Amino acid sequence: MAKVKVLSQYCKCCQLCIEVCPQGGLKVGDKTNARGYNTVVPVNEEKCTGCTLCAIMCPDVAIEVYK
Amino acid sequence: MEKVFGRSKGLSGTPFSFCPGCTHGIIMRLIAEVLEELDIIEETIGVSPVGCSGFCQDFFTCDFVSGAHGRAQAIGNGIKRALPDKIVFTYQGDGDIAGIGTQHAIHTAARGEKITSIMVNNALYGMTGGQMAPTTLKGMKTTTTPYGREVEVYGYPIDLPKIIAALDGAVYVASVSVDTPKNVLQTKKAIKKAFRVQQAGLGFALVSVLSTCPTNWGLSPQESLKWLRENMMPFYAMGELKATEEVKNL
Ligand SMILES: Cc1ncc(C[n+]2csc(CCOP(=O)(O)OP(=O)(O)O)c2C)c(N)n1
Ligand code: SF4
Ligand code: SF4
Ligand code: SF4
Repeated sequence: MAKVKVLSQYCKCCQLCIEVCPQGGLKVGDKTNARGYNTVVPVNEEKCTGCTLCAIMCPDVAIEVYK
Repeated sequence: MEKVFGRSKGLSGTPFSFCPGCTHGIIMRLIAEVLEELDIIEETIGVSPVGCSGFCQDFFTCDFVSGAHGRAQAIGNGIKRALPDKIVFTYQGDGDIAGIGTQHAIHTAARGEKITSIMVNNALYGMTGGQMAPTTLKGMKTTTTPYGREVEVYGYPIDLPKIIAALDGAVYVASVSVDTPKNVLQTKKAIKKAFRVQQAGLGFALVSVLSTCPTNWGLSPQESLKWLRENMMPFYAMGELKATEEVKNL
C-alpha cells in the first residue's frame, strides 16, 4: 500500500511527475489553484508503489509520498 | 502509513518563484534536505546571487545575505573569514559565477576559501530573457545569438568546473545533472559532500549542476530534460572532477 498526496498550492502543472511515473499514477486534474495552475491529481491509486520518482522530479516540492 | 517523502525543514514553505518545470527548484530542494540531514540549518548562511534564483533567501529556513550580480563568493568569503564556525554557501547561476563573477570564482578557489558554491548552469542568462552567457553551447540559439552561437564571433563556451579543478585550493569539484531521478540522487550526494568538505575545513568545494530553462529554451519541461541530456552533458565534463585524498576519506 502506498499513496501520493499533491500539495496543490505548490503545483505548477509542469507534468514532470506524470512523465516519470512508471504506473500512470498521476494526471492533470480539473481544479485550478490560487495561482492559476491546473493541478495534478493521483489516478489509478491502487497501482502506486511509493517509489517516490514523481516527488524526486517535482521542481516545486509539491508531492508527498506515504507508504 | 508513514511519510517517506515530504517537504524538508530546510524549506520555508514559500512557493518557488521559478517557471513551471524549471529545475532550479529541484536543486534548492536538495540543498534544503542536505542542510536538514547534516543538522546545520541553524548555523548556515547562504548568499544569493542576481538571476532567477535571486530570491532564494525566501525559500530556505537558514540565514541569507543577498549579493550583487556575480559577487556572492566575495561576500561569502568575508562572512566565513569573520565567522569561521558558520557554514557558508553561495547559490549562483552560470551567468553569475562564470560570467560577471568569474574573477571571484577563480580567486575563491585559488585561495582555498572554506566555503561551498553551487553553480546552476542553464547555458544562458535566464532572468533577463535568455541572452548568450559564457556557458552557451556552440551553435546554441539564444536571444542574442538568433542564428546560433558562432565561435568565430562570440568565442567558445567556458567549462568553469574544469578550470576550478585545476586550482590547488579547490579540494572538491563535481559536475552533475538533474535530468533523471538517478542523476538527481547523484546531485544530492555531491551537494552533501561539498558541505561535509566545509564542515571538515578542507578547502573550497564547487558543485556545478546542469539545469533547464524551459522558458528561454522554448521547450516543454520534459523536452528540456532531453535537450540538456543530449546537448549539455556531452559537452561539459561530468562527474567528480576533483576530490583530494582527504575528501575521499571523509
Ligand atoms: C551588475 C549587473 N549587471 C547586469 C545585471 C542584469 N542581470 C540580471 S540577472 C542577469 C543574468 C543572470 O543569469 P544567470 O546567472 O545565468 O542566472 P539564471 O537567471 O539563468 O538562473 C543579468 C545579466 C544586473 N542585475 N547587475
Ligand atoms: S510514488 Fe511512484 S508509483 Fe506512486 S505516483 Fe509517484 S512515481 Fe507513480
Ligand atoms: S512535478 Fe510537481 S509541479 Fe510539476 S505537475 Fe507534478 S506535482 Fe505539479
Ligand atoms: S527563466 Fe529559465 S531559469 Fe529562470 S525561472 Fe524561468 S525557466 Fe527557470
